[in-house]
Amino acid sequence: MSKRQISLRGKDILGLEMMTVPEIEVILETASQMKGIIDRDIKKVPTLRGKSIVNLFFEASTRTRTSFELAGKYLGADVVNITASASSVTKGESLRDTLYTVEAMGVDVIVMRHEAEGAAQYAANIASPVIINAGDGAHEHPTQGLLDMFTMKEVKGKLDGLKVAIVGDIFHSRVARSNIWGLLKMGAEVHLAGPKTLMPYYIQEVGVHVHNRLEEALEGADVVNVLRIQRERQHKGLFPSAREYARIFGINQARLDLAKPDALIMHPGPMNRGLEISPDVAYGDQSVIQEQVKNGLAIRMAALFLVLTGGKNIEITA
Amino acid sequence: MKLLLKGGTIIDPTQNYNQVADLLIENGLVAQIGENLSTTGVEVFDAQGLVIAPGFVDMHVHLREPGLEAKEDIASGTKAAAAGGFTTIACMPNTKPVVDQAIIVSGILHRAQLEGVVNVKVVGALSKGQQGKELAEIGDMILSGAVAISDDGSSLDNNRLFKIGLEYTSMFGCPVISHAEDESLVDEGVMHEGAVSAMLGMKGRPSVAEDIAVARDIMLAEYTDSQLHIAHVSSKGAVELIRQAKKRGLKVTAEATPHHLTLTDETVKTFNTAAKVNPPLRSADHVAALLEGLKDGTLDAIATDHAPHAFEEKDIEFRQAPPGFAGLETALGVILTELYHTGKFTLVEIVEKMSTAPASILNIEAGSLKAGAPADIAIIDTELEWTVDSSAFYTKGKHTPFDKKILKGKAVATIVSGKFVMRKGKVCI
Repeated sequence: MSKRQISLRGKDILGLEMMTVPEIEVILETASQMKGIIDRDIKKVPTLRGKSIVNLFFEASTRTRTSFELAGKYLGADVVNITASASSVTKGESLRDTLYTVEAMGVDVIVMRHEAEGAAQYAANIASPVIINAGDGAHEHPTQGLLDMFTMKEVKGKLDGLKVAIVGDIFHSRVARSNIWGLLKMGAEVHLAGPKTLMPYYIQEVGVHVHNRLEEALEGADVVNVLRIQRERQHKGLFPSAREYARIFGINQARLDLAKPDALIMHPGPMNRGLEISPDVAYGDQSVIQEQVKNGLAIRMAALFLVLTGGKNIEITA
Repeated sequence: MKLLLKGGTIIDPTQNYNQVADLLIENGLVAQIGENLSTTGVEVFDAQGLVIAPGFVDMHVHLREPGLEAKEDIASGTKAAAAGGFTTIACMPNTKPVVDQAIIVSGILHRAQLEGVVNVKVVGALSKGQQGKELAEIGDMILSGAVAISDDGSSLDNNRLFKIGLEYTSMFGCPVISHAEDESLVDEGVMHEGAVSAMLGMKGRPSVAEDIAVARDIMLAEYTDSQLHIAHVSSKGAVELIRQAKKRGLKVTAEATPHHLTLTDETVKTFNTAAKVNPPLRSADHVAALLEGLKDGTLDAIATDHAPHAFEEKDIEFRQAPPGFAGLETALGVILTELYHTGKFTLVEIVEKMSTAPASILNIEAGSLKAGAPADIAIIDTELEWTVDSSAFYTKGKHTPFDKKILKGKAVATIVSGKFVMRKGKVCI
């Protein structure tokens, strides 16, 4: 099937596991067109005028929610944010009823973040608006995976054959899982490193390389994607101290030098500088962390555009 | 009142009987098995092409009464049993209140007399309130009819209390049934820890949590010389531990469920809460070990762990959904489809595992068609193809991972004490 025949119109974006390579490619290509809009003086285009998008967030988020909100607004859609604390969820309303309520208001897309794995799938099963998963527990965060791949491809020119190291708390990371599915599909080599207590057992069965030693994963890498380490994991006893974590798994320049000289350093944010990543690396020449944020906006514009229009009549010349 | 089941294939493992014959029922008891028995003055049921077996015994059912009637009650649960070919079921004590006193045992047995469609046996709790702190009145419950003792629903991690429970229960010749999963290792796990959980991002219940608990249970049963039964075995490590225990001659028995014998953790990939259960559906290597253990006798019985929940309780995010699902109405179809029609097990083996063995473990009068035995009978069409429709279940639990599956083989009639309680799939009482 040629890329031109790929239509994402009306399709839920639940995870990169369920996406085909042509679907991923269409989103990445559309995002590069969208990126042009972001740098304009006047950003708004009327492409999605009359469409409504609800950001339904059951979990705190600043960057992802803002990114989706601006993405919708730049394309002319109406965007409403619902956060769990402000909704009926605190009154004990079930997820089903919350979704039905949003659906009944004639919404076209629900962008949903939820703390439970599978919540987006559940929403897709029962609600008719298009569901875009903005993170379901530790399962997937597909637009983050897409923006990471977009960033890699933009600089490296390809994904096929890249060696990508993902470092840190793999177990609790939906970013890691979306990266793994996406990168494996696109032909990249994925190497994981992190404390064994934060590495899911059997994950190598999907085709990734798991390393006990960080240095092995970094060696010759084209990309180093550093995950946020959440301090509450330490409180659960999964690693002894932040100090020890930083010493053994923190990415500093000396460690980054094990990777290729032009290796990219990435981080989904928010960063714990001095813990999983040293400030000099985070702001150094190899860092594309700021660019990831911008690309995230482009990816979300592309995703909203494609699920709502199927990709026809793109009006980026407004 | 006489009933003649004519021309069916009669299977009775207790008599090594497996041939086409007639079976005569008189006064609620099996009167005679033989060829060409007289049809005069008796009601005749044409059983040609059908299998006649001792009614199935499910030693692991959650009837939810008292206190949890939104999930199930004695009437709905025993109807589901009848529909599935079961004539005797043993209900677990994790109700509200917990079955931890003789009066509650008596109450359930009394309610079962009034509302029950099949025979009901009661399993009493090992600890008061199933709190794992002090012994329940085990002797009092057994004297009032409890047939086994268990804190099923969760593991009893307190080694000392489990040891005392085994010692005390063994005085009465009853088994202690163990739900074996080490709680600290299970932690917040919601599914099998494996490649599937790794990529779904959900916390796993590692198989080693079951292995450790089963090893502990066996060691204490050996030390105290007690009768131990391991419920719903799901890990290959547990199978091997039980196999070794039996080789050493210990009084250890075990059951496996139709779902653990036939489904893997791939079933939860769609976050289907109907497939959430404890212990969890595991990977294919564990399933293979269970089938091997069932074949070589390490696993004595098939039990459903029928654990119905109200629809809305399961209609929720996976990690919050309660574990368990309905099993009584699908068990036989699943077992015949996956174990018999695949050539892995014979009908005799299946009847043994689903009727004779569990009756023997609980030491109850069931699982046999010998003359004088209660006429509790399952009549089975092994070739009947049907599609599971959970909305048509008798149980209140409408969730099952087998929903919409096409199965081959079904109970077409169930007889309890000589009377039809189910015919052509319909409960008739």
